[in-house]
Amino acid sequence: MTEMAIVAERLVKVYPTGKDRQPLRAVDGIDFEVRCGEVFGFLGPNGAGKTSTIRMLTGLARPTSGRAAVLGHDLAREITAIKKRVGVVPESSNLYDELTAFENLVFAMQLYGVPRAERTPRAEELLARFRLSDKRNAPFASLSRGMKRALTVAAALVHRPALIFLDEPTTGLDVMSARGLRQMIEDLRREGVTIFLTTHYLEEAERLCDRVAIIVKGRIVALDTVEALRGYAPSRQVVEITVQDEQHGLQTRRVEADDVATAVRRALEQAEGAQLVAVNTVRPTLEDVFVRLTGLGSEVMLAEKGGRGGGANAG
Amino acid sequence: MLADDLRGVGYIALKDLKAYYLKPPNISWGILLPFAFVLAFAIRNPGDWHDLLPGLVGLSLLFGTSTMEATVIVFELRTGALERLLLAPVRLAALLFGKLLGGAVFGLVMTSVVLAVGLAAFGAGNVQWPWLVLTLLVSALTCAALGAFVSVAVKEIFEAQTLANFFRFPMMFLSGVFVPLAGLPPALQVLARLLPLTYTIEALQASLYGGPVERIALDLLVLAAFAALLFGLALRTLAQRLA
Repeated sequence: MTEMAIVAERLVKVYPTGKDRQPLRAVDGIDFEVRCGEVFGFLGPNGAGKTSTIRMLTGLARPTSGRAAVLGHDLAREITAIKKRVGVVPESSNLYDELTAFENLVFAMQLYGVPRAERTPRAEELLARFRLSDKRNAPFASLSRGMKRALTVAAALVHRPALIFLDEPTTGLDVMSARGLRQMIEDLRREGVTIFLTTHYLEEAERLCDRVAIIVKGRIVALDTVEALRGYAPSRQVVEITVQDEQHGLQTRRVEADDVATAVRRALEQAEGAQLVAVNTVRPTLEDVFVRLTGLGSEVMLAEKGGRGGGANAG
Repeated sequence: MLADDLRGVGYIALKDLKAYYLKPPNISWGILLPFAFVLAFAIRNPGDWHDLLPGLVGLSLLFGTSTMEATVIVFELRTGALERLLLAPVRLAALLFGKLLGGAVFGLVMTSVVLAVGLAAFGAGNVQWPWLVLTLLVSALTCAALGAFVSVAVKEIFEAQTLANFFRFPMMFLSGVFVPLAGLPPALQVLARLLPLTYTIEALQASLYGGPVERIALDLLVLAAFAALLFGLALRTLAQRLA
């Protein structure tokens, strides 16, 4: 039987609001399990309850009801034991502007009780791993956004956690930084670290995650492997046709039908004498699944976060 | 768990000292401000400057510990940096005490400079050193606890100094810094007894000029009670904000 890194049962978080307003039920009785060693994606639009869930599982917020165990420790009774074995990368890079990259890492190690003799070599190792060695003595405030993000991830790894929470890790990053961070996530997975990843980049989740939970309005509406989730997509077949003519140049269109043959026939009819460049059948994506399950356009996820940033298409 | 907490207290205090306190503007402000206040008073009322030394030291403790302390927690709450500490295996009380300790240590360092200059300028009387040191330590923790309470009570950084001054300025004028308590109207004397700086000034007078030890001990007990009360209030307020 696979060991579980996280077991959440009927987890609820309600925030009090002002007078004459209903309390905000940010997380509404969710159940899920995260297996040791997997990359678990937590997808949902803004306000769906992703960050509230992370805050509860890391001890930053107390669940209103329900229970959870993290790495075998009860969340309500053993939060210090949990904190010692967990690393958290919050949505915003929140290290200390006044300290250098090296000092920030050493301070994180001091808090987590990393033995004194190990601190300098570990900090140097992490700086090298995240290509920040030349910024060792630069104040955090002076680093680029991508470097700040990388250093924030490094700070979460100082005590070699068994489980790491990554809250929107690539939001706002440039293409190269986002690519580097995704590579780092894959490296961590290979090292056996369990990763709990929230993201609004559906392609990113599709590429990185072993299993994905989709959360909407505080409730999990689907949880499965990416492959299995494709089964939630509309059952109609999709064919993508690329044509070229002198007036419009290259154009790509999608055609849906109940079966592939009909879709191809309709696509060819739509070519209307233009030169046929390519015809492809299209597999359902996580985006299709998300749209079907949530009733929201996938652009909602991007718009709410202020654009694509280092979006997943960057590779 | 206790070892985690103690380690956290020490490193949080050291980090705050390095990141926020030990900056040239803070150091110069911490030393100059009490001298400026006392000098202004002494020029207006020339008399026995000896009487002003406890007030000078008391003001240095009050402003040295509470000025930056009143902003560091709300600053880190606003920037999200406090979350890093909350995620660490350190209990909230230890986190808060680490913050408080940073302010107290900074205030003590500043006050030591002021005290050394004051003793050199005014001359040392019958100083009871162990009691003086104890008075400085307990007073620094009390003033830092006041700063910590202010810092968790305000929502915005710019509100911190306003609220801090709401507490500090009455203390400055009612606690015997410039005018002896006996010279105040009876109603203000009662009010002065509700202010922690009053007990700091009394204990400083007694420890600097050979006053009765019993009085110093009683003052320190009252100061410790103030410190515990302010720390408890700050802890409860912070816990409520984070819930």
